Amino acid sequence: MNPRVLKWLAPLVVGVLFLGGWEWMVRAREIPHFILPGPWLIAQTLVRDWHTLSGSLWITLQITFSALAAAAILGLVLAILFAQSRVIEMSLFPYAVILQVTPIVAIAPLIIIWADNVLLALLICAWIVAFFPILSNTTVGLNSADRNLVDLFRLYGASRWQVLMRLRLPTAMPFFLAGLRISGGLALIGAIVAEFVAGTGGRESGLAYRILEAGYQLQIARMFAALVLVSATGIAIFAAMSWLSHMLLRRWHESAGEQP
Amino acid sequence: MATLSGVAKRYGTGTLAVEGVDLALARGDFLALLGPSGCGKSTLLRMIAGLIDPSEGSIAFPADAAARKSIGFVFQEPTLMPWATAVRNVALPLELAGTPRREAALRATDMLARVGLAGFENAYPRALSGGMKMRVSIARALVTKPRLLLLDEPFAALDEITRFKLNQDLLQLWQAERFTVVFVTHSVFESVFLAERIVVMAPRPGRIVTELAVPAEDRATPEFRTSAPYAAHCREVSHALESAMA
Repeated sequence: MNPRVLKWLAPLVVGVLFLGGWEWMVRAREIPHFILPGPWLIAQTLVRDWHTLSGSLWITLQITFSALAAAAILGLVLAILFAQSRVIEMSLFPYAVILQVTPIVAIAPLIIIWADNVLLALLICAWIVAFFPILSNTTVGLNSADRNLVDLFRLYGASRWQVLMRLRLPTAMPFFLAGLRISGGLALIGAIVAEFVAGTGGRESGLAYRILEAGYQLQIARMFAALVLVSATGIAIFAAMSWLSHMLLRRWHESAGEQP
Repeated sequence: MATLSGVAKRYGTGTLAVEGVDLALARGDFLALLGPSGCGKSTLLRMIAGLIDPSEGSIAFPADAAARKSIGFVFQEPTLMPWATAVRNVALPLELAGTPRREAALRATDMLARVGLAGFENAYPRALSGGMKMRVSIARALVTKPRLLLLDEPFAALDEITRFKLNQDLLQLWQAERFTVVFVTHSVFESVFLAERIVVMAPRPGRIVTELAVPAEDRATPEFRTSAPYAAHCREVSHALESAMA
C-alpha cells in the first residue's frame, strides 16, 4: 500500500476501533455515565456545552499564546545577550536553570498570591515553563556558527552586529524553532497546571477550571469534553509550530528536507 | 608584496607549530606550500591572512600596505552559508564592506559566471555538488578582486576528475588576473601542476626546508600534466619532500 495513505489510514483505523470498543463496552456493561461516559455522549456534550467551553478555550488559548510569545521574545533576547558576553551568560544561566528545574506546581501558589490578576498569574506560570527550552536552544544555536565562517567574517572586517545578524542568528534559527516547538506544548501545560493550582472560577476561567468544576459536579462527560479540547489545542499548537519551522527552513536546512 | 621574517607560532599548549620562517612573496607569484599534515602550513597561511598572530617574527606588506586588507581566503571545506543562495554567498564580502545589495548581486553574478556557474545563482548550497560548492567558495574569495589569494588545501576533499578540472580553471583565472596566490597542499602532483614556486615544509617543528621552481616555459608544454618535464619536476619535488621527512 502507498506509504502516504498508510501513514494516515493506520492511526485512523486504530482510533476508530478504540472509540468503537469503548462505546460498545459502555453500552454492553451499562456503565453509568458519571463513571465512564461513552464517546458519543462526550461528543454530544461537547456540542451542547460549546458555549461555555468555547469561552474557556478562548481564555486558555490567550494565556498559552501570550506566554509562548513572551517566552520566544525574551528567550531570544536573553540568548543574544548571552552570546555577546560570557560574563552575562555565566552570571545568569544558573538562575535560568533554577527557574526551569523548580516544579511549576510548587511556585504557582506564590505567583498567584503576588500577582493581583489571576490571568496575569497564569500567564507568568505558563511563561516560566515555556521560556527555558527557547533560551537554552537558542544559546546553543548562536554559539554553533561554523568556525571558518567566523574567520571569514573577521577577514572581511565584519562588525559584531554584522556577525550577529548575518551569521549567528541564521545559524541559530533551526535551534530556536526546535525550542519553539517544545515550548508550544509546555506553554499549554503551564497554563493548565497553573489554573488547577489557582482553582478560581468565574466567567474568566480556562479549560482547566472547567475540568475541575465538572469533576466536582460529577459531570464526567463534560470533563472529557474539556479534556478533548485541551488535547486538540496541544496537537494544533504542535502542528502549527512544525509547519512554521518547515516553511522557514525547507529551502536550506536538512531537518526540513521532507514533508513533516 | 609580503615579507615574512623569522615567523614562529607557539600555541598555548607549548607546541611549536611553525618556527623560523623567512619567505618573500612577489607580486603575481603562484606559490605552493607543500608538506605532510602537521607541518604548520595551514597555520602559516592563517598568519599571512591575519587570522592568527605570529608569536615571533613579523609579516609585513612593505611595498603595498593595502594588500593586507585585500585578501581572499578559500578554506578546505566550501564553508558556505547554507541559508543563502550561491549569489548571496558570493556577494557576502561586498555586502560586509557596505556595497549596496543590488550592485553586490550583479558583481557576484558575474563572478559566478567566471567560475563556470552561470545559471546557478539562486541555488542553495545543499543542491550543489562538492565541486560546485568549491567553485562558489572560489568566486566568493575573488569577488573583491583581492591582490592576494590564499587557499588552504581547497580541493583535498574532491574526487580526482573534479580536482583536475578545478586546478585548470584556477590556473586560467590566475593567468588572466595575475593576483598573487599562496596554495597549501599535500599533493606533489598538484603543486607541480599549479605553482611556479614550491616551498617544501617539514613537521615538528613546522619549518621551510627548501624551495623549488617550475619555470613558466615548462608549464607552456602542451598537455603539461602528462609531459616529461612534469614528471621530472614531480620526481625532484618528491625527493625534496623525502629528504625533508628523513
